[in-house]
Amino acid sequence: MSLKKVFALALHIGVHLAALLPLVWLFWAVPAGELGGDPVEELIHFLGLGALRLLLLSLLIAPLVKYLQIAALFKLRRPLGLWAYTWASLHFFAWLALDLVFEWGLIAEEIIKRSYILLGFSLWLILSALALTSLPRLMRAMKGKWQTLHWWIYPAAIMGCIHFWWSLKSGWFEPAVYLLITLVLIALRKKKLLGATAR
Amino acid sequence: MLIKAKKNLLESALTPESVYSERRTILKGLGLGSLLLAGPSQAGFFSKEAPVEVPAAAKRHALQYEKTSPASPLVLTPESKILTHNNFYEFGTGKTDPFKNSQGLELEPWTLSVEGEVAKPGKLDVWELINGAQKKGAQLEERIYRMRCVEAWSMVIPWIGIELGQILKQFEPTSKAKYLAFETLYDPEQMPGQQSRRIGGGIDYPYVEGLRMDEAMHPLTILSVGLYGKTLAPQNGAPIRLVVPWKYGFKGIKSIVKIRLVEKMPPTTWNMLAAKEYGFYANVNPAVDHPRWSQGSERVITEGGLFSAKRQKTLPFNGYADEVAGLYSNMNLKQWY
Ligand code: HEM
Repeated sequence: MSLKKVFALALHIGVHLAALLPLVWLFWAVPAGELGGDPVEELIHFLGLGALRLLLLSLLIAPLVKYLQIAALFKLRRPLGLWAYTWASLHFFAWLALDLVFEWGLIAEEIIKRSYILLGFSLWLILSALALTSLPRLMRAMKGKWQTLHWWIYPAAIMGCIHFWWSLKSGWFEPAVYLLITLVLIALRKKKLLGATAR
Repeated sequence: MLIKAKKNLLESALTPESVYSERRTILKGLGLGSLLLAGPSQAGFFSKEAPVEVPAAAKRHALQYEKTSPASPLVLTPESKILTHNNFYEFGTGKTDPFKNSQGLELEPWTLSVEGEVAKPGKLDVWELINGAQKKGAQLEERIYRMRCVEAWSMVIPWIGIELGQILKQFEPTSKAKYLAFETLYDPEQMPGQQSRRIGGGIDYPYVEGLRMDEAMHPLTILSVGLYGKTLAPQNGAPIRLVVPWKYGFKGIKSIVKIRLVEKMPPTTWNMLAAKEYGFYANVNPAVDHPRWSQGSERVITEGGLFSAKRQKTLPFNGYADEVAGLYSNMNLKQWY
């Protein structure tokens, strides 16, 4: 195995551990009171922020490949994207189960009425479509359409930052930093994106 | 004054012990036992027990007080949750930040100055009030109140305090006193949120709040100096804070250093930050939603672990309508939210 391949494999394992270990940690942290006496809100924040970070990490891969010239890194995009989706779904589930306690009437009302929730939900639907179509069989069947669909990851990342922004009761600093990072990541792929949308 | 116990407040949050143990048995049977159920303080991720021990609180000591409210049908929120789930942006915007960052707050001495439209402006030695209240005939009382946060969660807290009206009388408000303007301690060295706008959520400090004179004189309105039989912990607003049980929690300004009696409605922190979301009155009102969430119901923070969450309907004036609705009889509460 070449050094580059060893490096890529190590990163692969690293991605899985980085995404999984914080979730395992929760099983200890919640009972231990690490997230406070009422962990619901902290849990929602922890999972939402984790989802957004994983999403941005997945967008970092293409520029990294370009600058480091290690094509094997491309293989990290799939696990990063799927982990982002897992965290986003847990974030959604925490809100459904622990905050709104499965009161479906209220849940439907909140999704329709509150713009930041509607935005988060739309973003989750996009991620769902992307996760579903990352099944190898569907990938092959979709051919060129697959790439077109998966460009949606960029609007999704921007939506994540705005959802974060709108979810805050006051302040804007953190989401602004995330938005800036997202825009830089998009700018790095400007040429590819313009080419794709022009087609 | 007697606080009436009402039928609709009898929402017993208790779950029979047998249900707890049943679930534990099922999970253990699935072999998930060790990972999911074990943990410090015996409570597990899926367990129904309250997870946290009461944190060893800095400098809290036992208080002498009178139990004036009748036996309450309300189920108290466990002390550990009241101590570790707080909004006090001076110590950070996360719910656990106040508990983590406030333990060093210097509480002694503490003076509360009362000024403005009063015949006898002056400074109140808060520790004298706490320690010597009985001598002056101003008795500390326990009041078990519901606390409804504007973020749609609620607790039941056994406060210890004294009616604000009793204290104000000593300073002899003049006829010009129509409103009260309260102010929290401003001390960036002790309060990291006041040093940095990022930590403090972009709020302009000091935190200020206000009440109308009749609201302040209402017997339900207290200045609290303790809870669960002891003096307040810093994260709960030590050594002295406002409690107005029919209003959203942010009206209950913490660690107060100044009360100014004034003629005009004073500015208030959250209203200045987002006037469409937070009004001056901020009476609990299920009919007026926050623009970003419903106020029709609330998540009750009570006994039990992560998966024993419950929601209940929010009551007008947080259930104290019989006592206080009269204060607002001529007002359109949709306009004056
Ligand atoms: C599926 C529908 C979704 C719902 C119902 C939802 C709901 C929420 C709620 C209730 C909050 C906390 C607001 C508060 O502090 O009161 C929040 C915050 C957040 N959400 Fe979502 N969300 C959804 C999807 C997503 C997705 C897909 C992502 C990211 C990929 C995301 C990322 C975030 C982030 C980063 C925060 C801020 C966390 C913080 O303040 O630390 N959300 N969301």
